[in-house]
This record gives sequence, structure tokens and C-alpha cells, in this order.
Amino acid sequence: MPAPQISESVTKSTPTPAALFFGFSRVGLSGFGGVLPWARRLLVETEGWLTAEEFNVLLGLCQFLPGPNVVNLAVAVGVRFCGWYGAVAGALGLMLGPFLIALLLGLLYDKYGELPAIQSMLHGITLVGAGLIIATGLRMGLNVKNRWVYWPFAAAAFVGITLLHWPLPAVMLGGAALTIALSWYRLSQEAKA
Amino acid sequence: MILLAELFISFFLVAFVSFGGASAVIPELFRIAVIEHAWMDARTFTELFAIAQAAPGPNVLIVTLIGQHVDGWQGAFWATLGMCLPMSLLVGLLFKHWDKLQHWRGRAAIQLGVAPMAVGLVLASGALIARSAEPGLLGLLLLVLTIAVNLKTKLHPLWLILLGGVLGLTGLL
Repeated sequence: MPAPQISESVTKSTPTPAALFFGFSRVGLSGFGGVLPWARRLLVETEGWLTAEEFNVLLGLCQFLPGPNVVNLAVAVGVRFCGWYGAVAGALGLMLGPFLIALLLGLLYDKYGELPAIQSMLHGITLVGAGLIIATGLRMGLNVKNRWVYWPFAAAAFVGITLLHWPLPAVMLGGAALTIALSWYRLSQEAKA
Repeated sequence: MILLAELFISFFLVAFVSFGGASAVIPELFRIAVIEHAWMDARTFTELFAIAQAAPGPNVLIVTLIGQHVDGWQGAFWATLGMCLPMSLLVGLLFKHWDKLQHWRGRAAIQLGVAPMAVGLVLASGALIARSAEPGLLGLLLLVLTIAVNLKTKLHPLWLILLGGVLGLTGLL
């Protein structure tokens, strides 16, 4: 089966920049603890701007690039339909509401952050937040293909950063150079076989 | 002015290694904000992280909050822009050639190779935050419970965050 071609498929409707802005605004403001499910709901289910297959392809692109994944996704969707105007509209819509709320929360924190009750509450939320991130990492780990080949690299990165205190950019770039070279080699072998 | 430029440039550079999103580079954000520039102490960083988790929106809001704490709304704006801009530009440019890249072996190689590194980084972020919170026994239990519930059920994470806040108020964690 050929890979889905983004430019040639037919979807239900084509958004304007304004529609992109308001659509992604809803996504940003609904996204407690993870925005991606809401982005999928908007793009595939509610508005039908993308087919499910197209969404997966786009998400794949946005997740293998660095940077905030869902901002990347808003840019990719926006640029597809409305060029750079659409990219700005999508990203701005996604970020504006949460940005303003974060500003407000930051101001409140500057004012009341020293109160013992607030600190105890944030302490509890920190632990839950750490747990949610660990759970995300584990879920991502289970989705890694050929896990016995690649898990040792994940483990090495983990140990390097947490126990050996290696600088993160060096770990990421050095490690990624090795893993990408390895997967390139494995793909070449598969192509020959 | 110099402070705003520092915020922008620091997070602009982090963006290039944030495979796995903002959650993956929390140790690096910590290093920049607490150790390199001494913009805040470790406790404040951890508390800003908690606020970012509790607020609606993408995980990149931790960067917004750091910027806000350092230099008000302008700090928040430049920090967030720095983190979002580089890859947004790249995605916009790359996307025009995406169809051509579909069958390029390098694309598949990058996709396969980057994934395990992102896993290592995200797990390291979670572990370092948990360690910096210095949990007691009950705190550790809450951590394990959160991981288990999030992996095994479809319960909305907001309920867990609420639970964390309430349990935190009791002062037992």
C-alpha cells in the first residue's frame, strides 16, 4: 500500500485562517494535561479538515522534530491550508489563551506563592506532574519499534542525565547521531534482504 | 532589554534539542534558569512546573512561566517565542517538501532513531522533578499511583492533579 499523500486526498472542508485560529483556540484551552487528543478531535472528528490517516502522518512528522509537538502540528496544518498566514493563525490560536492564563497564574504565584497552603498544594501537584511525565515516557517506550535494539539507548540517555549529570544537549545530539546511524544501517540491510 | 534577549536566545537554543517536546528538556530548563542564570531557586522552578501542569494548554507553558517570573509579560512573550519559533519555521519549510521526503530512507531512520532518545529524556525529566520535590513515603506512593492510573485507566489527568493538590494541602506528602 502506498504511503498516504497529503496533497492529493479529499477532505470535507477547507478552513480559513480565522477558522484555524478559533479551532486551535478551543484545542489549547481544553487541553488539561495533554493537548494532542483534543487536536485530533478538532481536525479529524469535529471539522474534518484531515482524514485519520493524514493526521497520523502529520503527527509523525511533528513528533520526530524537536520543539513543542502540538505547536508544530498547528503550524503544519495551518501552512497546508493557508500558507504562512494559516501557520501563524493556527499557532497563535493554540497559544494565546493558555499564554494569558499562564500569565495570570504567574502573577498570582508571585503574589501568593509564599503562602504555606499554596506551597503544600503545589508540592502535591509536582509529584502528580512528575508521575504523568514518567507515564508518558513509559508509554512512548512501549511504542518504540524493535525495542531490544533501541531500549539500551533510552536507558543510557536516562542514566547519563539523571545519575552522571551529562549535559542534556550533548546526550541528545550524540545519542541521536548513534541511533539514527544504526537505524539507517538496519534499513539498508532490510532493503537488501 | 539584555534580559529579554537572554531569555529569547536561551530557549531558542533549547528548542533544537527538545525532541519529545518541552517535557523532555526540563533538566536543561532547570540548568538554564536555576544554575546558569540564577533566575530563581530550585523550589521556585519546581513550583512553576506544578503550575504549568495544572494549567490548560501545551507543556511549553513551563517556559512561559519561567519568562514571566524573570521579567513579567514581556519575559513570558520572548521566552515562549524563542521556544516555539525555530521548529515552527522548520516545520513550515519542511512541509512543502514533505511528499518528496516520504520515501527517503533518512526520514525513516531519523524517526526510528530519535524515538528512543526522546523516551530516555522524558523519563529523566520525570525522575529529576520527582527527586527535586523530595517526597516522603506517602509522596512516593502518590507518584507510583499516578503512573499506574495514567497507564492503566482512561481517567482524565485533571482528577489526578486535583488529588495531588488536595493531598498536598494535608501536608502529609
